[in-house]
Amino acid sequence: MRHLIRRILFYLGAVWVAVTLDFFIPRLAPGDPVAALVGKMSMKGYVSPEMRQTLAATFGLNTTDPLWLQYIHYLNNLVHGNFGNSIQYFPTPVSTLIGQDIGWSIMLGAVAVVISFLLGCFLGIITAWKRGSALDTILSPLMNFLSAIPYFWLALLSLYVFAYLLDWFPLSGGYDSANIDPGWTLDFVGSVIQYAFLPALTLVISSLAGWMLTMRNSMLTTLSEDYVLMAKAKGLTSGRIMLWYAARNAVLPNITGFAIAIGAIVGGQLLTEMVFSYPGIGYALLQAVNQQDYAMVQSIFLIITLAVLGANFLADMLYAVLDPRVRQERSA
Amino acid sequence: MKVQQGAQTLSSAGVLVPSRPPGYTRILHALRAFWHVLTLNRKVATGSAIVGFFIVVGLIGPFFMTIDPEATSHLFLTPPAPAHLLGTTVVGEDIFSQLVYGTRTSVFWGLGTGILVTVLSVLVGLVGGYFGGVVDDLLTLLTNISLVLPALPLAIVLAAYFPRGPLTISLVIVCTNWAWQARVLRSQTLSMRSREFVTAARLSGENVWRIIFFEIFPNEIGLVVAGFVSTTIYVVLTWASLEFLGLGDGTIPSWGGILYWAQQAGALGGGLWWWFVPPGACIAVLGAGLSLINFGIDEIADPRLHVERPTKVKKAKKKSAHGNTNKDAVRG
Repeated sequence: MRHLIRRILFYLGAVWVAVTLDFFIPRLAPGDPVAALVGKMSMKGYVSPEMRQTLAATFGLNTTDPLWLQYIHYLNNLVHGNFGNSIQYFPTPVSTLIGQDIGWSIMLGAVAVVISFLLGCFLGIITAWKRGSALDTILSPLMNFLSAIPYFWLALLSLYVFAYLLDWFPLSGGYDSANIDPGWTLDFVGSVIQYAFLPALTLVISSLAGWMLTMRNSMLTTLSEDYVLMAKAKGLTSGRIMLWYAARNAVLPNITGFAIAIGAIVGGQLLTEMVFSYPGIGYALLQAVNQQDYAMVQSIFLIITLAVLGANFLADMLYAVLDPRVRQERSA
Repeated sequence: MKVQQGAQTLSSAGVLVPSRPPGYTRILHALRAFWHVLTLNRKVATGSAIVGFFIVVGLIGPFFMTIDPEATSHLFLTPPAPAHLLGTTVVGEDIFSQLVYGTRTSVFWGLGTGILVTVLSVLVGLVGGYFGGVVDDLLTLLTNISLVLPALPLAIVLAAYFPRGPLTISLVIVCTNWAWQARVLRSQTLSMRSREFVTAARLSGENVWRIIFFEIFPNEIGLVVAGFVSTTIYVVLTWASLEFLGLGDGTIPSWGGILYWAQQAGALGGGLWWWFVPPGACIAVLGAGLSLINFGIDEIADPRLHVERPTKVKKAKKKSAHGNTNKDAVRG
């Protein structure tokens, strides 16, 4: 119980740090961002006084309030879910825009993470169990190499080969927006799957190595434990020893990783969405950065951070439930 | 190693004539030890050769370039040919020349940033671990919070607000990535603090900072090196990602920058493979080289991971017999 309270306090502290960073980063940045932005935007078209005010409000430059009062206003706005208005799509509230994008990210990420986790654990178990076999000697170095490839380059290459040269998959987008209307129709779902296949595949390939190597290393440790030797001496079937004695005890680090990966789904595929122009939250963040839509940038960062913190908290709790040693050590 | 530490302590405490060997023999000794570590393990040797190659290209490569990387020409988008080894860009720049100049930027900023991250984490880890008490509590809290905040989104937000350029990217990466290594070093220092040689140094009245950085730090050098290598992999990848997202200085040739311009010019949809394949391949190979070094270090430190090949058992035994000192060094 004491462990639980300490962890909750810690994560509340982390949330506070994230929120405060989000408040101070724009105010610490050098120069006058409003003037720079207005100058840039007036080249493209008319800048209305309302837009200028929104800009100033984004940076907290529209008031003469002392900093602490601004900070309290900012916190108050956050608590009421008021993230401000977007500049790119003025005057749509940022929360509406994020609501549209986040579903795409979660769907794509969840499918990729689950497949990658299951496949990676399985391969890790097999390669550790049959260490030194042909499969292990080929797969392990291959995975090492795969994990060193910069992800966005892998994505670019697969896009070039499978979408441009072979024309199996579309080059960009989330669904065939020219011919199909969104809705729960077979056409639409089919189109979404077709468009998500290649991004999901690159995500799986790039994260597979991590799951597999962690599982393999952890499995090698448990395989040399006495209880595995004991199980062998008892004459249990090798499948049972592999899965219920060695793998079951080795999977712990990966379970934690899994919980964290679930949290990272919300913001973790920035590069995927950028390369495939996939309409998720990462793509929105990038566009917001390029358009200098700071309210959007700050809100997306905050949402990503909250998701990650929540997942880390879950992972912590899960670890304590699964591994009694953690509970005892920390509450002692 | 401990004996040597003891002798050093005595000499600085009271004996005026230093009992150390002259400087050049110590340098020679260090070089020989360095060479020994490099050739101890096949993975370390291969990885070092790859990294060394890129360092040499970055150092002297640009002197052999006859074409200015930013010189435009009327030869737009020509495929690779003897005059332009890797073809040209959309404004007729020579891609091979950009790649070689880019190697200098990417490798040296990458290594430099890796060193900065390492220095910061050594400071935080050793100071926190040695002092304990309130200082340690605060630093640990800071480290843990920094660990749970999502690094890439935070880096993007920071890079978006501050003026673009290599220094910004470097500092952003330092701010978001020091924590993991700091935590490892802290726990190592914690266990080192109560060892005899530290107590001896303290009793002989040595300065606190001298104890931390001249007594404890040399014993953690293996951990620091391993941490530096894995940090540098991450730095090189993050660096390229941030530049690819358009957060770098577009006027300085670099690997990520070439990819950014290729993406902007639609190199993918135009089938211009010579534009975006080489820089990504360079990043991948450098990353693989660094990973190899790290896997080698892991093998030296944890023999269970090392797969012995039956034909080379003799050789391996011989190596490990006189490689003991290094094994200790790596383990700290």
